[in-house]
Amino acid sequence: MSSLPSDLRYAKSHEWARKEEDGSVTVGISDHAQELLGDLVFVELPEVGDSLDAGAECAVVESVKAASDVYSPLSGEVLAVNGELADAPETINEDAFGNGWMFKLKPGNIGQLDDLMDADAYAESVESEGH
Amino acid sequence: MPFIPHTELEVQEMLEAVGVSSIEDLFDEIPQDLRCGELEAVPAALSEMEMSQQMNRRARQDGQPVCFIGAGAYDHHIPAAIWQIATRGEFYSAYTPYQAEASQGTLQLLYEFQSMMTALTGMEVSNCSLYDGASALAEAVLMAVRANRKSKSRRVLIPRSLHPSYRRVLHNIVKNQQVELVELPFDLDEGQTDLEALSQYSGEDITALVIPQPNYFGVLEDVDGMTAWAHENKALTIAVVNPLAMSVLAPSGEWGEAGVDICCGEGQPLGIPLSSGGPYFGFLCCRQKIVRQMPGRIIGGTLDQDGNRGFALTLQAREQHIRRSKATSNICTNQGLMVTAATIYMAMLGAEGLERVALDCHSRTADLVEGLCGIPGVEARFHGAVFHERLISLPVPARDVLRALAAHNILGGLDVSGDYPELGSAILVCATEKRTVEDIDSFVQKTNRIIGLQGGVPCGLQPKDG
Amino acid sequence: MRVATERRVIEMSLLIHEQSKPGRRAVAQAPLERKEPSGIPKQFRRRRSAPLPEVSELQVVRHYTRLSRKNFSIDTEFYPLGSCTMKYNPRGANEQAMLAGFVNRHPEAPDGHSQGFMACMYDLQEMLKELTGMQAISLSPAAGAQGEFAGVAMIRAYHDHRGDTERTEILVPDAAHGTNPASAVMCGYKTREIPSGPDGDVDVEALKAVIGPHTAGIMLTNPSTLGVFDRGIVDIAELVHGVGGLLYYDGANLNAILGKVRPGDMGFDVIHLNLHKTFSTPHGGGGPGAGPVGVGERLLPYLPVPMVAKNGEDYQWITESEYPQTIGRLSAFAGNAGVLLRAYVYAGMLGREGMPRVAEYSALNANYMMVKMREAGFEAAYPSRRATHEFIITLRQLLKDSGVNTMDFAKRLLDYGFHAPTTYFPLLVPECLLIEPTETEDKATLDAFIEAMKTIYEEAMKDPGLVKSAPHFLPVKRLDDVRAARVLDLAWKPTQD
Repeated sequence: MSSLPSDLRYAKSHEWARKEEDGSVTVGISDHAQELLGDLVFVELPEVGDSLDAGAECAVVESVKAASDVYSPLSGEVLAVNGELADAPETINEDAFGNGWMFKLKPGNIGQLDDLMDADAYAESVESEGH
Repeated sequence: MPFIPHTELEVQEMLEAVGVSSIEDLFDEIPQDLRCGELEAVPAALSEMEMSQQMNRRARQDGQPVCFIGAGAYDHHIPAAIWQIATRGEFYSAYTPYQAEASQGTLQLLYEFQSMMTALTGMEVSNCSLYDGASALAEAVLMAVRANRKSKSRRVLIPRSLHPSYRRVLHNIVKNQQVELVELPFDLDEGQTDLEALSQYSGEDITALVIPQPNYFGVLEDVDGMTAWAHENKALTIAVVNPLAMSVLAPSGEWGEAGVDICCGEGQPLGIPLSSGGPYFGFLCCRQKIVRQMPGRIIGGTLDQDGNRGFALTLQAREQHIRRSKATSNICTNQGLMVTAATIYMAMLGAEGLERVALDCHSRTADLVEGLCGIPGVEARFHGAVFHERLISLPVPARDVLRALAAHNILGGLDVSGDYPELGSAILVCATEKRTVEDIDSFVQKTNRIIGLQGGVPCGLQPKDG
Repeated sequence: MRVATERRVIEMSLLIHEQSKPGRRAVAQAPLERKEPSGIPKQFRRRRSAPLPEVSELQVVRHYTRLSRKNFSIDTEFYPLGSCTMKYNPRGANEQAMLAGFVNRHPEAPDGHSQGFMACMYDLQEMLKELTGMQAISLSPAAGAQGEFAGVAMIRAYHDHRGDTERTEILVPDAAHGTNPASAVMCGYKTREIPSGPDGDVDVEALKAVIGPHTAGIMLTNPSTLGVFDRGIVDIAELVHGVGGLLYYDGANLNAILGKVRPGDMGFDVIHLNLHKTFSTPHGGGGPGAGPVGVGERLLPYLPVPMVAKNGEDYQWITESEYPQTIGRLSAFAGNAGVLLRAYVYAGMLGREGMPRVAEYSALNANYMMVKMREAGFEAAYPSRRATHEFIITLRQLLKDSGVNTMDFAKRLLDYGFHAPTTYFPLLVPECLLIEPTETEDKATLDAFIEAMKTIYEEAMKDPGLVKSAPHFLPVKRLDDVRAARVLDLAWKPTQD
């Protein structure tokens, strides 16, 4: 497994979350997830203003042969979505942890970040899935 | 053994290779007490010739009556080439084009079909078929419910002037998905959906409005007014159209200010034989921005490794084989061969040919209606403009007239009194381009005689049929 | 032995639209006189003609005949597509279904003009009833998925009618066709997946853990899509019935057991058949199919209409008014009647003796192929089991050894003149090929296919690039389906110049 950013928190279902300085949380899917899906062809994002529950389906990523739900790693209100993904879903393939971010949340309970895994635990989780 | 090529020697070789002594051994994992004995109710085998003799007898038995029934299935001329090409083994015996490189014939044809349907309806995209017009409407309604995210009511307005079977099928398919279907009445004089009844829903949360053109009675709806109303009230619009009519009527993509959101209908008029109601095909077109909510297969153009044009199934992540319980629909097998025929038909006729066919039917139906209305007590029921079909009021029970006509080998239209008791004794008639002047004269004269014999009395005095 | 070589040279086809010239048309095919749109006010009329191609009759015939030659089909190639039953479609069935009396019959024709057609439908209902061991059959569903919808809708109607509204779940094995969960959802149910055990049978312990008062039913394909007959079927039926649920039989694989075992005898309450599979009606490049449903006693009142009844010597339609508890009609008329006629002719030619032979020889062909391919070094997914009419091999070792995946392998098969088996389905076997030869193929064809598989395996090990860039000898090279999904090109548009 190539380097997992250590400043992110991870969900077992392959989402990542990053706490920003302004208190918001940015969400995306992991590099491992994009690898499993292959070339992405479409991303369906939540709408700004949507209120999400932790663990709720909030987005869909599609490749030619698969479609996968994205679950919100924590509760909150959607502040922004990455509009560039509409025309360039491949951004997630190219830079899942950076320019391939999906949406930003105003977290309802920032403590939920602690329920997520750190990079090491996520790496282990992915490793065990492979067996 | 019919259709099994194995020689006895080959069977022995194969059994040896498998390591069993008889074919029966291959079924040894099936619990013995589940096995069935001889299936006595299945008749003994017939040769192709014997089967053909039986089928010819039965086909002849049904005669070939002169048909003036339309009501959603129309007896049009089909050029000889259409089915000769469609039943070439390469089209006829191919599967769904999952292996794109080995299916470019079907795929290019389907892409051409999508292009023709969008041209005819004025819409942006088309899928490549659903089962029939009625089930296509049900899929269109479910699609609208998914696509209209702003609407929470799941209420869909359905004109009573829409084909009764379509309304039934729609109800049967959506009934377990919490969709509320609300009936819109039609004007009893004009036969058009009552816009005042529609305006009662102004300001309410309506998910979608269905607009038939022409409607079941052949009457032209005020499609611009209905589309505009829906737009103002944030309801999606679903057109249900006769594709042949689209060659001469305003296409659904141009209704109102910006056209409808979804257009569906029955593809049978495009080169598909009547064939007892099927196989036909349903079509579904929509705006590109809601294409990911569209059910059914969609073909896209793309490039191969050498940069040459080719075609492939696309947007498959909507479909059941990938998305399973979250798919846009459960549909898998669609009506591919019918679409093959329809594509060849549309290419053969072109816009000018389709217009000629449509106008010819329209004109013959007008002649028929004029003839029938010359019979005392017989009247065209509605005053509104029609396309190639019309409701006729009779002074005597429709059922009796139709039965008497059938005895003369004429199918003189459809009795609508069961579905529309409010319309009294009335028949829906249609004369396609295949009905000759003599056919029409004979129909009119025999109807005149039959009504006379039944002691026809002026319309309105007759007690309601049934 | 076969050698992959250029099968045919076909020039690039223009779209029919690109062959269009203003003013050209197939004059003989439309009315010679153009009538006036009298009585149609202008606001209802089309302002500009639809931009359809303007071509001659010969152009149309040549264009579509040429396109047809770019297809693989049963009539031209071996087509061992697992779970699709691509067997020979007898030409006689087509000719007889297209007799004038049948193709020209209007769906609303009165019974007096329909007795011949209705007799065929009645006879077919009776034959299917006997073959499936069910109490009654409705022919009207237009395809397998619509049959599934009808079946689950009947299960729901049954529970609802009894006031048993707590049942919210339909169980579906992980090996099921995607249509199963999708159909259950269309009927308002949630689905829950049941795992398969290591031998391919449904994991009965896992089933026990999830069934209960919320179980509306279970949808099973038996033989399953794993190419094995579920030996635990009687126990499964008992378990599900024990908690008040019903059993749905997906008839996709009926070919494997036709005339040998009947779903009704296995304990199923409702079934659908795929006549375009088991009864050999043509697949037509993706339909039309026909998906008749059959039911046992409990679901009898809910069958979809219309059906045909026989009263003395007369045939009559059963519609909503005669059958008030029906789930109703699912298409405007009587379903895919023309497909039903073809199936009837096929069934008539097979007859009583021919039915079990379908199962016997499709099983013989599949088992022979499985054994031969294992001898050649291919890995069977369920080597300890008998094949049914199909079997699975997995190329996971090849992928590790050579980097050639199942898709590449499948594309290379096309170069050898064979349609590829089903790939990547069922989802639980990695890098799988689901191979269904059907009973109508002879031994020489099977041997040639196995030879090609061996050759491709060797190619993959020696020159993986050759296989990974296949096909080489088809009308197009490997197509970019990522581009097809990202840059949507869904219809030809007239150029603006």
